[in-house]
Amino acid sequence: MTNYQSQNYIRISATTLTPPAARNDEASMAKLIDVSRCIGCKACQAACMEWNNLRQPVGSFEGTLKNPMDLDPEVWTLMRFAEYEDDKGDLEWLIRKDGCMHCEDPGCLKACPAPGAIVQYENGIVDFISQNCIGCGYCLKGCPFNIPRISTADYKSYKCTLCSDRVAVNLEPACVKACPTGAILFGTKKNMTDWAAERVEELKTERGYEHAGLYDPPGVGGTHVMYVLQHADKPEIYSDLPKNPTISPTVDFWKGLIKPVSLVGIAAAAIAGFMHWMIAGPNEVQPEDDEAAERFIEGKTAPKSPPEHTI
Amino acid sequence: MTNTWQDIKNANVVLVMGGNAAEAHPCGFKWAIEAKIQNGAKLVVVDPRFTRTAAVADYHAPIRPGTDIAFLSGVIRYLLETDQIQHEYVRAFTNASLIVKEGYSFKDGLFNGYDPETHSYDKTDWQYEFDEQGYAKIDDTWQNPRCVINLMRQHVDRYTPEMVSRICGTPIDKYLFVCNLIASTSAPDKALTSLFALGWTQHTIGSQNIRTMAMVQLLLGNIGVAGGGMNALRGHSNIQGLTDVGLLSNQMPGYLTMPKDEEQTFDQYMSTRQFKPLRPNQMSYWQNYRKFFVSFQKTMFGDAATAENNWAYDYLPKLNLPMYDILRAFEMMVHGEINGYICQGFNPLMAFPEKVKIRRALGKLKYLVVMDPLDTETARFWEDVGPLNPSDPANIPTEVFQLPTTCFAEEDGSLVNSARWLQWHWKAAEAPAQAKSDIWIMSGLFHRIRELYRKEGGAFPDPILNLTWNYTNFVDPSPDQLAKELNGKARADIKDETGAVVLKAGQQLDSFGQLRDDGTTESGCWIFTGCYTEKGNMMARRGTYDPRDQGITPDWAWAWPANRRILYNRASADVQGNPWNPAKPIIQWDGSRWVGIDVPDYGPTIKPSDGVGPFIMNSEGTGRFFALDQMVDGPFPEHYEPMESPVENLLHPKVQNNPAVRVFADDRADFGTSAQFPYVGTTYRLTEHFHYWTKHALINAILQPQEFVEVGEALAKEKGIADDSWVRVSSKRGTMICKALVTKRVRSMLVAGKPTHVIGIPIHWGFTGLAKKGYGANLLTPSVGDANTQTPEFKAFLVNIEPSNGPEGEV
Repeated sequence: MTNYQSQNYIRISATTLTPPAARNDEASMAKLIDVSRCIGCKACQAACMEWNNLRQPVGSFEGTLKNPMDLDPEVWTLMRFAEYEDDKGDLEWLIRKDGCMHCEDPGCLKACPAPGAIVQYENGIVDFISQNCIGCGYCLKGCPFNIPRISTADYKSYKCTLCSDRVAVNLEPACVKACPTGAILFGTKKNMTDWAAERVEELKTERGYEHAGLYDPPGVGGTHVMYVLQHADKPEIYSDLPKNPTISPTVDFWKGLIKPVSLVGIAAAAIAGFMHWMIAGPNEVQPEDDEAAERFIEGKTAPKSPPEHTI
Repeated sequence: MTNTWQDIKNANVVLVMGGNAAEAHPCGFKWAIEAKIQNGAKLVVVDPRFTRTAAVADYHAPIRPGTDIAFLSGVIRYLLETDQIQHEYVRAFTNASLIVKEGYSFKDGLFNGYDPETHSYDKTDWQYEFDEQGYAKIDDTWQNPRCVINLMRQHVDRYTPEMVSRICGTPIDKYLFVCNLIASTSAPDKALTSLFALGWTQHTIGSQNIRTMAMVQLLLGNIGVAGGGMNALRGHSNIQGLTDVGLLSNQMPGYLTMPKDEEQTFDQYMSTRQFKPLRPNQMSYWQNYRKFFVSFQKTMFGDAATAENNWAYDYLPKLNLPMYDILRAFEMMVHGEINGYICQGFNPLMAFPEKVKIRRALGKLKYLVVMDPLDTETARFWEDVGPLNPSDPANIPTEVFQLPTTCFAEEDGSLVNSARWLQWHWKAAEAPAQAKSDIWIMSGLFHRIRELYRKEGGAFPDPILNLTWNYTNFVDPSPDQLAKELNGKARADIKDETGAVVLKAGQQLDSFGQLRDDGTTESGCWIFTGCYTEKGNMMARRGTYDPRDQGITPDWAWAWPANRRILYNRASADVQGNPWNPAKPIIQWDGSRWVGIDVPDYGPTIKPSDGVGPFIMNSEGTGRFFALDQMVDGPFPEHYEPMESPVENLLHPKVQNNPAVRVFADDRADFGTSAQFPYVGTTYRLTEHFHYWTKHALINAILQPQEFVEVGEALAKEKGIADDSWVRVSSKRGTMICKALVTKRVRSMLVAGKPTHVIGIPIHWGFTGLAKKGYGANLLTPSVGDANTQTPEFKAFLVNIEPSNGPEGEV
C-alpha cells in the first residue's frame, strides 16, 4: 500500500537495479490458514477492514453467506464458502479465506511495468507501493490467483499487504490476531511448514482425511500464505483454489527475455535502448496503457494479453 | 456452565447439540478446537442444519427441530441397554437407588396428577418413599422396581432406535454412531462436554431438553469432572448476571425466590425453602436460605429490617401468579392490564414472538420509556415502515420517551460470563452526546418517585421510603460501591465458634459462609459474596496462574460461588476421594482434607467415609434422574411435539404437546396447522451479527447486509425456488418477503415415513440501523413458552414458503 522502508526489498517491479541488501537477515515469513479449524466467522474480514480502514458500501444478499461478493480495492480478504458433497454423499462445508498468497515468485511483480510499484520484502511479503502504481492492471494478468483489484477512485491496484506495516514492527497481521479459533497463524515459513506437517499428520491419522496436505504451490516458487487443506489433492473444491498455479507464459516470456539478452551481451546500443525503454519508458503512461486500463476497468476483466509493444 | 470455557479443552468428546457454538460463540469455541487438537477429542454436532460448527466437526447428525428429548432418551436407553454407564458414580452420586413413592406413574403421555382444566399437575406423589426419620428409602441392589434407575429404564424403553429415527428424522446409522461416541465417555477417565444454548431452551419442552442431557451426563459420570459438565453458553455477555441478580419476575438475587400470595407470613415463606436433608449427613445447602434472605433484606432496608418485623418481609411484593414473564406481560398489555412500560436494554418488538401482537400491545400503552444505547425498533414501533412495520401513528396514543444510555464500553462495571466469572471492565470511551448510564437514570427515577411518596403518602410507602441509599454520590452511585453492596459487609463484629472476632463491623465479607440470619450481616446477592472484599475488587484481578494447565485460573477475575471454577467438583473423585481421571484431577482427599486446583464444592474437611453427596444443593446430596416435584411437566423428561408440528406424537397421539404448557386463548387461535403451513421453521443467529444491535454497526452490516432464509435443495426444487430469488415465508402470524439461500446444508428428513423440510430463518434484520431493512424473524414465531420458564418456542414452528416477485411485485 505504501512504502515502509524498514524492511529490505529483494524484488522491485520493472527494474534491474540491485535491491539494497545491507540487512539481509530477515527470516522468510508466512501466514498459515488451517481450513480444518476455520469456522468462517469473518473476524478476519472485520479485522482487515478495521486495521486498513476499508469500508465497502453495505451490499445486498446474493445467494451466499459470502459478503461482500468479491475481492475489491476495499476488500482485501474474503471468506469463500463451498458446499462439497463427496462420492458417498457426505457433506463438507469448505470455507476458505481468500486473499493475496504472497508468492515467492510473484507474477504480479513480474508483470508490473511501473518501477517500484510492486516490491517484495526479504521476509517474502509482496507489497503494492501505491504512489508508484499506474493502474494499468497488468498485475491482474500476472496473478495466478486473481487477487489484485483496481480502484475506480484513484485507478491504483490494491490487495492484501500481509499487514506489512504491522509485521515491520513485529506484530502479526490483523486477521491473525482476530482469528478466534487459531485457524490463521503467522511465523517463519519454516515454523509454519513444520506446524502444518503436524496438522496434516493429525488430519490423516485421526480425522480420516487421507489426502490432507499443505498448499504451498511450487509453480510460483511456494507462497507466503499457505493453506492446510483436508483434500490437498483437490484444491479446486475450495472455491476454485488453483491446482497448479503458474505465472502466465506471456508474463514469463516478457521477463525472461531480459536475462539471456543481457548475458550474451548483444549490441550494446540496442540493449541500452531497450533497457532505457524498459526502465524509463513505462514510467510514463502510454496512450495504450490508458486504453488498456479503461478497457479493464469498464469490462471488469483483465486485458486479453500484454500490449504488443512490450514484446 | 458447570465448568469453564477453558475446561472444554479437557474433553474427549465435545457434543454440540441445542446450540451452534462456532456460530454464536466463536471466541469461546476456540476451546472446542483446542480439545480436538491438543486432546484428540471428537467433535460431534447434532443439529437440523449443517452449521458452522459442523464445518469443523468430526461428525454431524441431522435432527428435526424440537425432538431432542426423543433423541437423548434414546441415548439413555442405549447406555442402559449396552451397560455403558459409570456404575460406581451412578450408585454413589445419583439418586438411582432411591425409591419413588407409590403414587407416581406415567401412562399414555401423562404423569399422574394431571388436571386438564388447569393444564397442570398435582406433584404431591412425585417424591421418594420416606422412612420414619424422614429420609428417602434406598435399595443399593436396584432390585426394587420402584428404584429411580428401574423407573427410568422403564420410562425410556419406548425410545428404541427405530422410534427415535421415526420421530427425529435422524437416520438410524447416524444416530447409533453418535450413541456409540457418547457412550465411549462412560469410562471413568473419559469425559464428554455438552455445549448448548438457545437450541434447547427455546422450546415448550426447553427445560426438559436440558434435563435429559444432564441425565445422560450423570449416567456417564461426566458431571463435576474436568472436560465434562452441562455447559450453557449464554448469549448476551451479561445474561448470566441477569439471572444471578434475579431480574426475572419470580426471582430475587442469588436464586432466592419471590414470595407468593399464599405466603403472607415469613414463616410460611421459609417453610418451603429451607430444604431439610432427605438422606443422612447431607449438606442440603439451602438450609442456609434464611441467612441469605435476612442478609439481603438488611442490604435493602438496613435498620428498617428488624427481627420484630420479620426482616421487613411485608415490604416484598407477593406474586399472585407463578411469574410475570414477557409473554404474560404483553398479553396483559394487549388487554389493557399493563399500561406503562419501562423497557431497559431490551428490544421486544424484534426479540419477542409474534411481532404483530407485540406492536399491538405497545400501541395500547399510555407511555413507553425506552432506555437503550441504540435507536431500537421498539422505540419506533409506531412508525409506518410499509409492510415491514405497518402502522397508523395517528391512532396510537402511546407516548414514547427515549432515554439514550451508555453502552458497556462507556462505563466501569462487571459482567458475568457463562462460566460464572465476574469480570470487571473499565470505561474505554466517553459516552456520546446526552447518553447517560442506566445507574444515573434509575437513580433519578428513584429520587423523584420517593419524593412523591414523601409528599403524597400512598397505600404503602414504607418500602420506598426505607430503601437504603447510602451512596457517596447520591445521584449517580459508583459501580464500585454497588459491587461492594452486592458482596456485603458485617453490620456488627462477626465471631467464629471460639468467640474470636473474624470481621469487624463495617468490614466487607469474605464469603457467604460468614452470613448470619440475625441481622448482623448484609449482602445484596449471597452468591457474589467474596467478589469485593477487604482485599479489594477481586473481579479486577488478571492473574493467569493455571496450576495444572487445566484451564483453572484462580487469580483471574472471580467466579461465583466462592471463586469455584467447576461446580460439583467433589464428583471428580471416587467415593474414596481419588480422582476418576488421575491425569486431570480437580480435587482429592489427602487423608485430612480436600486439596487440589479448585475450591472444593464440598466441606473442605468432610471425610469420604461420611457419605456426604457431592450435589450439596440437593437435599439428598445426589444428582437427580428423577426430579421430584421440581419441574412442572414431569419428574422424567418426555417427548412432546412443538405446539406447531408437522406430525402427530408417535408415542401418544392423544397427548401431542407438553400438557403443562400455558397458552393464552388468543395465542392459541394464532397457531397454524401443517395443512396450511407444511414446513418446520426454526430461527437462529449468524456469527456476523449480535442480535439486533450490530446491524447498527457498519462493518457488521457490510459482512451480512440483508435478510434471508435457508432452504434445502430438495424443497427449493419442488417449489421452484432458485438461489438468491425472492420468497414469501409465512406462518399463521405473518408473512415476510426475503431472499432465499438454497443450500445442501439443510436437508429434508424422513419423519414418520414422510419427507420433512426445515426452513432456516436468521433473525438479525429490522427497520432501524445500517443494514438493509427487514421484517425480523419473530414476525413468524408463536407466542408460547417453555412450561417451566416461559422461554418462547422460537426453534420449532410451522411455516409455508412460496416463490415471490420481490417486495415491489408483492405490494
